[in-house]
Amino acid sequence: MLVDRLNGWARRISPNWLYAAAVIPVLWLVWQLNTGALGVDPVKRIEHSLGLWGLQMIVAGLCITPLRRLAGVNLLRFRRAVGLIAFAYVTLHLTVWLLLDLQLRWGQIWGDILKRPYITVGMAGFALMLPLALTSNAASIRRLGAAGWQKLHRITYLAALAGVIHYIWLVRTWQAEPILYFLAVIGLILLRVLWSARSRRARTAPVA
Amino acid sequence: RASIEASPSAFSTDAKPNTFEEITTYNNYYEFGTDKSDPSRNAGGLTTAPWSIRIDGLVDRPGEYGLEDLMQGVALEERIYRFRCVEGWSMVIPWIGFELSQILNRVGVQSGARYVAFETLLRPEEMPGVARPSIEWPYREGLRLDEAMNPLTIMATGLYGEPMPNQNGAPIRLVVPWKYGFKSIKSIVRISLTDQMPPTSWNMLQPNEYGFYANVNPEVDHPRWSQASERRIGSSIFAPRVDTVKFNGYGEQVAGLYAGQDLAKDY
Repeated sequence: MLVDRLNGWARRISPNWLYAAAVIPVLWLVWQLNTGALGVDPVKRIEHSLGLWGLQMIVAGLCITPLRRLAGVNLLRFRRAVGLIAFAYVTLHLTVWLLLDLQLRWGQIWGDILKRPYITVGMAGFALMLPLALTSNAASIRRLGAAGWQKLHRITYLAALAGVIHYIWLVRTWQAEPILYFLAVIGLILLRVLWSARSRRARTAPVA
Repeated sequence: RASIEASPSAFSTDAKPNTFEEITTYNNYYEFGTDKSDPSRNAGGLTTAPWSIRIDGLVDRPGEYGLEDLMQGVALEERIYRFRCVEGWSMVIPWIGFELSQILNRVGVQSGARYVAFETLLRPEEMPGVARPSIEWPYREGLRLDEAMNPLTIMATGLYGEPMPNQNGAPIRLVVPWKYGFKSIKSIVRISLTDQMPPTSWNMLQPNEYGFYANVNPEVDHPRWSQASERRIGSSIFAPRVDTVKFNGYGEQVAGLYAGQDLAKDY
């Protein structure tokens, strides 16, 4: 059965391969840059690609638990790698914005962060990802305790929300792609809320 | 190249123009899709001949004018203009065209006219982007009559000595170099002289973000981004970011048009 085969592969493949695989699209960007395939404004293409990949990895990370509960596919051991790769892409996205797009014009950069709602939201999303990335290691789980660590990492949902709002807000008209990402994140959040409400009910239900 | 005869103009900038390739593969022309590479991919099937423009409203000689008739006896010039997009990037483009005032004078503007309204072709079978209602079609733009009569305002029919490529607004488009690019409406099929400020597409969509005037102005930010600087784009990741100049550097010719106006209010 497909699910069993997927689970079989997932057990055999080391999460480290995921880190290696994550470098490939970045190399692909560099290659395209050299061949001129990124077009007239390569900075925007690089910036937008990295941002989109970051968002895609965040959404992928949020799908891991529902995949297990709804389809029985267990990719839990990849979740840390997915999250850290998302953080790496988002960090590169921010770096390209600062260095190549705004070219370190700090006056304008601070103005944008404080006054432009979509950039404010984007920066908030990045800030929310920082504690998540910093605690994505075994030592932090020990220090915070499993429950505390899990509570902290619910911030992922907020970061995802910030990411999709940032995306939807930056385009000049209503476009399908950002709206689809937005709906996907809302759907994943609702699913989570539903599950935790149900498990709370189950815990507090009187024993018959 | 250079298949079109055009005389040089004193209004041309001596800045280095972007390449033909750059100018024709990076376009905002939502009728062909919202990605900047969509128009060059999707505009090939646009029929641009025969072409006519309906000129109506407050004019002495309204009617449906064939493009050849309108161009008869018109002296084409090369105008190398800076082009500043509202999104914060800019290019330098060697347009071929003639002053809009030549058309307006031919059809006879009546004394009550104060504005000029323009419309882009709407032909869904050749324009895949209009299937999506991202903008209320047809695309509309407008100018105040004095802006339209300014010698900088041209109707462009070519670039780099070539007939206008479809993705750049073939066969005839407006170019108003001191305003954000979206004012320079493409593939024009209608020009109306009116006494009222005409509705314009981006203003209809987001009135607080895109005003009727849309003059390039580093002091007036777009609500979602700063207009203080722009990137001179062209295939390099080191495209320099430069300070944006008021009226895109054409203040000497046009600042007087707005004497007494608060440009933060009339954005």
